[in-house]
Amino acid sequence: MELILIFLQKAIAQGICILFGASGEIITEKSGNLNLGIPGIMYMGGIGGLMGAFFYEQSTAEPVGLVGLLISMLATLLISALGGLIFSFLTVSLRANQNVVGLALTTFGIGFGNFFGGSISKLAGGVGQISVAVTADAYRAKIPGLSQIPVVGDLLFSYGFLTYLSVAIAILLTFLLKRTRKGLNLRAVGESPATADAAGISVAAYKYVSTVAGAAVAGLGGLYFVMEYLGGTWTNNGFGDRGWLAIALVILSIWNPARAIWGSFLFGGLYILYIYLPGLTRATQELCGMLPYVVTIVVLIFTSRRNNLESQPPASLGEAYFREDR
Amino acid sequence: MAEETTQTAGGPFFRVVKRSGISTPRAWLIRLAAVCCGLIVCALIIVAITKQNPLSVYAGIIDGAVGTNRRLWVTIRESLVLLIIAVGLTPAFKMRFWNIGAEGQVLMGGMAAAALMIYLGNTMPNWLLLMLILLASMAAGMIWGLMPAVFKACYGTNETLFTLMLNYVAIQIVNFCIVFWENPSGSNTVGIINSSTSKGWLPELFGLTYGWNVVIVMAVTLLMYIYMKHSKQGYEISVVGESQNTAKYVGINIKKVIIRTMMISGAICGLAGAIIVSGGSHTISTSTGGGRGFTAIIVAWMSKFNPLVMLLVSAFLVFMQKGAIQIASQYGLNENASDIITGILLFFLIGSEFFINYKLELRGTKRGTK
Amino acid sequence: MEYENAIELRHVTKRFGSVVANSDISLTVRKGEILSILGENGSGKTTLMNMLSGIYSPDEGSILIRGKEAVIRSPKDSFALGIGMIHQHFKLIPVLSAAENIILGLPGAQRLNMALLTQEIGALAETYGFELNPAQKIYNMSVSQKQTVEIVKVLYRGAEVLILDEPTAVLTPQETQKLFDVLRNMKRAGKSIIIITHKLREVLELSDRVAVLRKGAYIGTVETAEASASSLTEMMVGERISLDICRDEPQTPEKRIEMRGVTCRDKEGVAVLKDVSFTAYGGEILGIAGIAGSGQKELLESIAGLQETENGEILYFSPEGTVEKLSGMKSSEISNLHISLAFVPEDRLGMGLVGSMDLTDNMMLRSYQESRGFFADRKKPRKLAMDIVEQLAVATPGVDTPVRRLSGGNVQKVLLGREIASNPTVLLVAYPVRGLDINSSYTIYHLLNEQKKKGVAVICVGEDLDVLLELCDRIMVLAGGKVTGTADARTITKEEVGLMMSDSGRRALGHG
Repeated sequence: MELILIFLQKAIAQGICILFGASGEIITEKSGNLNLGIPGIMYMGGIGGLMGAFFYEQSTAEPVGLVGLLISMLATLLISALGGLIFSFLTVSLRANQNVVGLALTTFGIGFGNFFGGSISKLAGGVGQISVAVTADAYRAKIPGLSQIPVVGDLLFSYGFLTYLSVAIAILLTFLLKRTRKGLNLRAVGESPATADAAGISVAAYKYVSTVAGAAVAGLGGLYFVMEYLGGTWTNNGFGDRGWLAIALVILSIWNPARAIWGSFLFGGLYILYIYLPGLTRATQELCGMLPYVVTIVVLIFTSRRNNLESQPPASLGEAYFREDR
Repeated sequence: MAEETTQTAGGPFFRVVKRSGISTPRAWLIRLAAVCCGLIVCALIIVAITKQNPLSVYAGIIDGAVGTNRRLWVTIRESLVLLIIAVGLTPAFKMRFWNIGAEGQVLMGGMAAAALMIYLGNTMPNWLLLMLILLASMAAGMIWGLMPAVFKACYGTNETLFTLMLNYVAIQIVNFCIVFWENPSGSNTVGIINSSTSKGWLPELFGLTYGWNVVIVMAVTLLMYIYMKHSKQGYEISVVGESQNTAKYVGINIKKVIIRTMMISGAICGLAGAIIVSGGSHTISTSTGGGRGFTAIIVAWMSKFNPLVMLLVSAFLVFMQKGAIQIASQYGLNENASDIITGILLFFLIGSEFFINYKLELRGTKRGTK
Repeated sequence: MEYENAIELRHVTKRFGSVVANSDISLTVRKGEILSILGENGSGKTTLMNMLSGIYSPDEGSILIRGKEAVIRSPKDSFALGIGMIHQHFKLIPVLSAAENIILGLPGAQRLNMALLTQEIGALAETYGFELNPAQKIYNMSVSQKQTVEIVKVLYRGAEVLILDEPTAVLTPQETQKLFDVLRNMKRAGKSIIIITHKLREVLELSDRVAVLRKGAYIGTVETAEASASSLTEMMVGERISLDICRDEPQTPEKRIEMRGVTCRDKEGVAVLKDVSFTAYGGEILGIAGIAGSGQKELLESIAGLQETENGEILYFSPEGTVEKLSGMKSSEISNLHISLAFVPEDRLGMGLVGSMDLTDNMMLRSYQESRGFFADRKKPRKLAMDIVEQLAVATPGVDTPVRRLSGGNVQKVLLGREIASNPTVLLVAYPVRGLDINSSYTIYHLLNEQKKKGVAVICVGEDLDVLLELCDRIMVLAGGKVTGTADARTITKEEVGLMMSDSGRRALGHG
């Protein structure tokens, strides 16, 4: 019982950064942009937040957690949005290939994260291992009262606010996509830019806004990782392949952010399952690690076979749209 | 009719006009300008961080990449690896099949090579072992390329996402193997395989440590060039990539071409894995691919599949990477600076293609009057 | 409400390069009337209407909307002026519902109240008598339902003038009747409706007035009450024009292709060829006439092994006397039997040639499999390309130029030249002179006649009746996927062919 509870808690904790990434990527892909730069953008978001908090805590003798929290969050949003802006500029305005730009952005973003993560302390004058304990504590603060309830409190209320924010964002995005005019227009842009264009929708503007906003949301996943998961520090490549898992989760959730919530917990669970399954050897543990990807491939094949239009990727995904090509 | 609609694209101040053609020197001039802009931006960033004279920084880069004989050969070795992966990707991309799975195909090839080195290292003469290694690595890469191809051909499954996911399955398989192969035990790494016997290592050729690497990669590049340019199969690939409708019209079996081409693409990427393992690192880890499977995609795409350009771009990128690692250590930064520099250069190069294909015209200047 | 003419066109001319699509056209559309624009394929009907919907703008002349001169630069401008056009190819997003497609891009409250919108759209549809479930997804809809969505979409945006491009081409007779009913309702509500069509019976049944175009020129407008099928046909096809194509009598015609009761369906499962039977002889040119989309494409592709057939069989009688069954074979299997079928498809650069490849590589499309071994032979194709360039006077910088850069006439010479070079026994050509200038057209006629003299069975799908009547030996007319008649091209009149194409075609559809 105890073990299951811990497993669920850890699965959710693992899932949250994937959920941020997937939500951001879904909103991006709904505009027809396949942004493979998301893994890099999540690194950028993570290091951005860490640096914001770090410089704030360095600059004042008695840092206040809430201020650090706001500064780091702002830094994350700005830096990851910048990543989205680079992607949009190159693919929408300069008409470059989306896959190529995305992969270059991931190379850049991971390098960016690891570079500053590794050298920030030196740049600041050699303070050793960076740690932003005060800000991280603010991120890790649990809901007072509710988190004390046994079992239910542990399972539902024992997380920092980013966890709830991630779920809220996923629900909000689903609402935005399904229940608002802008969401409808966005879906139209991703399905058939030519039709959207003919209906008077500015395809480029929708692609820009959704890609930049999507990148900002994905960046929060990196922030969650450094602040809540690692407790305000950095390890090179510590974020690992979670960015690609986020892209996998987009497929698993069939481009629906609300479904990505459950999917992220499932992925989080699969990600750490090997620790909790009894009787696994080290070797079979490693095989367990491929589960999220194998599941995604199966879903991908299944949706392509089923030919159900509702569960397909946005029809223009990955394709560039220029009006004169009409 | 096309002109009619062009007028509306491009925004209020200028319009975008597609160039009907551009001379090769002019296109290269634009690319060169992009590289220069990229280098300037990189220099600014490096100077901002290191507060050093940018010229001395670039001198450091050159020193780091080709400063000593050893460094030069490492740069050559790494360029060759990037080149052969890009060569492997060429037929797939020419067919408009987005093989993002080179990283996984390289890993599987490397894993097959390592397996043979470990298990058969002492059972046969080295030349036979090496032959087997090359074949096995190609077979392993081929299988990894075959899977997405079959599903693409039969069900139209999105190959970009499929090949992407397979990369991580490959990483886990390598992790799985490391458990059995780790040396010393408990280190979670494989260590240098056959370090005392050098079995399964590519030997020296003409007194050069990496002589065989050069020969194999150049041979594969040349063969691929001939295959794409002069063989019937290469011709079929171009037709399928350009127009599936035409391919049907002349009776080309599209499914067969997709599957066959991806087998070739995967096999060459697998071979790249053997070259990394047998011909360089003599070990296997999840970072054996080292992201080169992704970088090679950009190399292949930017070179428009021209082998000579691929060689140039590969060498340039590796040169910058190795140089950046050197200056990073020189100024006490970490080596990831190289990825930032690579990224920035790539952004500029990718962006420059726009100015090769299109030109901007100011609005208000009416066509015909100017 | 003081204006009488919803739309007035004054001396409108539109050119595409050297081709004049519309020349000096003046016509009016009254408020609350149904006007038919009648003309054969290529007579410039759609181009004219595209100038009202903002896709093209006229080179000369002016457009008056409700009495005021208007400049229509984009579809948006056209919307704003209350003009809505329903194109032949629907612009709908399959995964969205009808209501979502209808409100796409419109301003309004950010939060979507689908229940309210559905009700609103449902009510609008009901006023005119449409049957529409606004919540239904487009991909679940039949073609006629999709058309309904397009019409309601235009009405919802407040259109006063509706332009329908060949609206009945895709409908069954019952659906056509329903459409006519709602169009009459809309007319009663004061909307002006323009229908582009070439179906005489529908024109007579539905419209108040008929404007006739022929080869880009305006012939005249008549009150429907004073018109008859024959008077309209006369206006539409005009005098028979002599083209001076030299035509020889077929020499000892030999049976080459026989189609027996062939039926086939398109991707949506709609029958596009219905029980088609005919025979084509070596040494003659068989012309296939019909309005666009009557099954011509499928007819040629089923012979070439590119279209699956359902019933019936297609037989090939070789000059040596053997008989092969072509139906059920793929194109590669047919060529493996050394049956030399040449096919010049309608889509020259998207199917017959690869636009980005040079002339040599395009020659290879047909021949590369013939050479033995692993390598492709480029010498022969290069020689062939050079020969074609020389013999057919193809204007090109060289054989290394991508064919995409060539003009339409030169592209067609390259394509036809390649197909003829394989010494075919059967030559299938679709719209061989579409978009070509006069000189290129005559080169093509000449090439086809040469093939005929050689004893090749030429099957030629065309749209210009003047050409078909002068070029071909026999003419077969397709309407709605059925053969409505076969006649001697030397004796049949243009009017007779025109009637077979339209009216009897509709009858055939009614039975089908």
